[in-house]
Formats: sequence, C-alpha cells, structure tokens
Amino acid sequence: MTLASRRSLTAYTFLALPLVFFICVRFGPMIYMTAMSFTNWGLLRRKSEFIGLENYVNVLSDPVFLKALGNTLQYAFIGAPIVIVLGLCIALLLDAIPKGKGLFRLIYVLPYITPVVAVSWVWRWMYQPPPLGVINLVLGALGLPAGEFLNSPNQALPSIMGVNVWVELGYCSTIFLAGLQTIPKELHEAARIDGATGRQVLFKVTIPLLAPITFFLTVMEGIQFLRIFTQVYNMSFQAMGGPLDSAKSAALYIYQKAFNNFEMAQAGSASIILFAIIMAVTLVQMKFLDRKVNY
Amino acid sequence: MKSTLMKSILKRKNLGIAAAYLLLSVFTVIMVFPFFWMLSSSFKDYSQILQMRFLPAEPTLENYKYIFFSTSSRFPQWFLNSAIVAVCTTASVLFFDSLLGYVLSKFRFPGKRIIFLLIVSTLMIPTEMLVIPWYAIIRAMKWGNTYWAIMFPGMISAFGVYLMRQFMSTIPDDLIDAARVDGQSELRIFLTVVPLIAASKPRMFTLPVGLANFSGEAGSDWHYIMTGATVAMLPLIVVFLLFQRQIVKGIAMTGMKG
Repeated sequence: MTLASRRSLTAYTFLALPLVFFICVRFGPMIYMTAMSFTNWGLLRRKSEFIGLENYVNVLSDPVFLKALGNTLQYAFIGAPIVIVLGLCIALLLDAIPKGKGLFRLIYVLPYITPVVAVSWVWRWMYQPPPLGVINLVLGALGLPAGEFLNSPNQALPSIMGVNVWVELGYCSTIFLAGLQTIPKELHEAARIDGATGRQVLFKVTIPLLAPITFFLTVMEGIQFLRIFTQVYNMSFQAMGGPLDSAKSAALYIYQKAFNNFEMAQAGSASIILFAIIMAVTLVQMKFLDRKVNY
Repeated sequence: MKSTLMKSILKRKNLGIAAAYLLLSVFTVIMVFPFFWMLSSSFKDYSQILQMRFLPAEPTLENYKYIFFSTSSRFPQWFLNSAIVAVCTTASVLFFDSLLGYVLSKFRFPGKRIIFLLIVSTLMIPTEMLVIPWYAIIRAMKWGNTYWAIMFPGMISAFGVYLMRQFMSTIPDDLIDAARVDGQSELRIFLTVVPLIAASKPRMFTLPVGLANFSGEAGSDWHYIMTGATVAMLPLIVVFLLFQRQIVKGIAMTGMKG
C-alpha cells in the first residue's frame, strides 16, 4: 500500500463514526421527513397514507403560514443587514481606538454567549408596558410616548428582531475586527499618500478587502435569522408568536403544527418549504457575494 | 506653517478618537444594561420590583432561596440536568469536532471537499424538521427519560467542525509532518500536537430549557423569572470570563478564509 492510500485510509477511519452520526441524526431524519410530508401522518391518526402534494397545498394556502413566511423574510432581510452594518461600524470604531479594544469586545460578546432563553425573558421584562417596563420608564423620563412593543401587532416583530440584533452584534463585530487587523497597514498608508481621503480609503480599500468576511457573515446571519425560533417562542404571550401572529416565524409555525396540532406531516412539508428557502437564499448569496479578493 | 497643519491634523485625529470612545460607550450601556437590570431585579422582592429603582432599596436573597431550596422549585434538578448534558456534549463536541477539523484540514484524500460541504450544509436544516424523527428514534430505541435522549442530537456540531477546520489550518503542516517523521501514530499526533481550544460554540454549554417552562408557570412573578435567568446565565458568564481569550479567538477565527 502506498503512503498516500494509507493516509487516506486513516482519514476515512477517523471520519467513519462522525459520518454515521451525521447520516443518522441529520440526513436520515431529513429524508424521512421529506418522505412523510407526502402522507397524512399525524399523531391522532392510526395509519398514514400517501396523499401526494396535499400537505403542501394546505400549508401554502394557510394564511397563517404565509404570514409566518413573510415575517421570517422580514427577520432575515431587515435583521441580518442591520446586524452586519452595525457590526462593521463597531469593528471600525474598535480598530480606531488605541486602548481598551479587548475590554469593549469582551462586553459586546457577552450577549452572544448567554443562553437565548434567558436573554429573551430579560428583554420581555424590559419591554413590559408602564409601570413595569424599564424601557418605557426611560422613554417616559425623556418625555417620549410609551411603546407597546411585544403587545402591538406593529411593534412585536421589530422588538424581537432588535433582541436578535443585540445578541449577534458582538459576534459580527468580533469577526470584522479580526478581519480589519489582518489588512496590512501599508495599504492604508499607500492610499493616503496617493491623496485618498479617509472616506475613500474606507470605501475603496477597507470594505472591499473585508468582502470575504462580509460574505461569510451574510450567509451565517441570513441562516440564523431565517431559523429564528427561541426568541419568538419566549417573547410572545403563551408562545403564540405575537398579537395576530404578527411576529410568528416559520420555525414557530412548524413547531406549533407538530406539537400543538400533532399534524406531523403538515409540519414536515412546512419545514421542507423553510429549508428550501434557506437553501435558495444561501445559494443566491454564494453566487453573488463570493468574489475572491487578493492583496 | 507646517507645524500648525500637523497640529490641526492631530487635533482632528484626537477628536475622532474621542468620538469613537463616546459611541463605543453608548453601545456598552446598551449591551450591559439588560444584564444589570436582570441582576438588580433578582435581588428585589415582589413589592420592590414594582418600584422600578435601578438598585434595590433593600437587596434580598429570598428569590435565590426560593429557586434553590423551595420544595416546589424544580430548578436544582434542571440545573443538574443542564450540567450533566453540558459536560457530556461539550466533551464529545470537543473531541469529535477537533478530530474532524484535523482530518479535514491536514489530510488529503478523495471526497474530502464533498464531505466537508455535506457536514456544513446541515447548518441549513431547520431543527424543527429534525425534532420529530429524533422523537421517533428515542421511542424506537427506548431512550425515553434518559440524558442520552437529550444529548445525542448534539454530540457533534457542524459549526464546530467548521470552526475547528479553520483553526487547524492555522497550525503549520511542518509541525505535524515532523511528528509523523518521528514515527508517532496519527491519533497520537492529533491528541498531542493539536491543543484543545476551550469552546467551539460556547452557547451550547447549557440549555436551560427549564427556564422557558418555569417562566411560563411563574407568570408575572418577574422577580423569580429574573433570578432564574441569572442562575441560568451565571455558569456561562463564569466560563466565558475564564476562557475569554480562547472564546473570542475562536469566534474571530470563524470568519477567516479556510
């Protein structure tokens, strides 16, 4: 046996058990759910029969699902860009200061490492209507009108999105800062000597060089926001997804279909639609955003 | 003439830095205040929580006593459950994810790229889709009411594999080749040359699922809920402060080119 093939064999040996894991716990269940989504499987039914695309038709004509899908897209297409732009701004600020980078970064990462459930309940407490909510207390002190936040059909979704931005911000700015620190300082100096203004350096040198990182974060945050569940579950009254389903995400819809209505197959078809959307968004991002950068 | 120009540039630069500090401080308040408010609320009793003071007038440990020692509180059990699940899955994730990261970064073999892509692509699968089959597996294997039933889906983390591959690719190949020349076995090289970094994704240390139920039961007893949240967060914050260097480095590394 050649050395190369022996090394390959070692690699496969190491990979065997983890691959069995991924097949049994990720791919297997996914294929199973895909198959079951064409049946009328439900916990309240004895037998499940093949019913073709009926679940998909039902789910797609369910106004609640369409609402949840629209909400999910709002979380992703508004929330993810906000967190990426804010994360970049913070990273640029951190890069500019001479002292205290580490301390600020430490503080900003704190929300990211704490359990989402706990964080959601803390924010829910702060969002309470007067006289209990501290945010409304501050608004009142500033002479501003009280917000309804989680209790209002218009404000529930942005309020929950804001919490997720708060959670992910430290993650994004940490990654951006690491990227900024790998950019050679000579590049900035060269641009400045050539007469570029600070703004030109930022938009023509720094941001283009950060493209691979921005791409990575767009994909990761896009997936993160499209899968949003725990925040919505914990921050809405009786985990229902906000007043009039105004904050309900697709993931929460799937959960409710499966564990409140026991319609497993319908939940399955809804989850496949969500998966297809996540994959489509990711592939589009990969196609348009992944431009190789060299320096 | 020249020195005044320099002075004005310096002055503008200092002004910019001052503005940066100001903005960063504003963000600091936004990031820290929820934690502060949670902690402050956890030391207030029912009457004080309605007073909305930033610091409790008469701090009390009653809420903590209730959470840990009241017979109706199931928190100690949840805490134990979380600890057991966290320790086991973290150990497993650390071992398998670093092993996978090592193999996928330091070996050359057919199918390497596709295996890596397959593993990372599982990040896109919504968990809700998998939960139902997992439940079926638990029932079929008769794992009900065991720790294993909650642990098995998280024994390997795809995000961790990605992170570890990034990390491993920063270790020079020469180092590993040197060990190979010395005649060490591949497993031994992996275990010795490759250092264990603290956390692949610190978030999964504990999952206080109980807190969600507890909060539902506690209803409007916000002083208990905030105490529960504090207790659920504390271990993570301690671990984070202990390993902050490695954790921040780990997070930063995920964004690097692989």
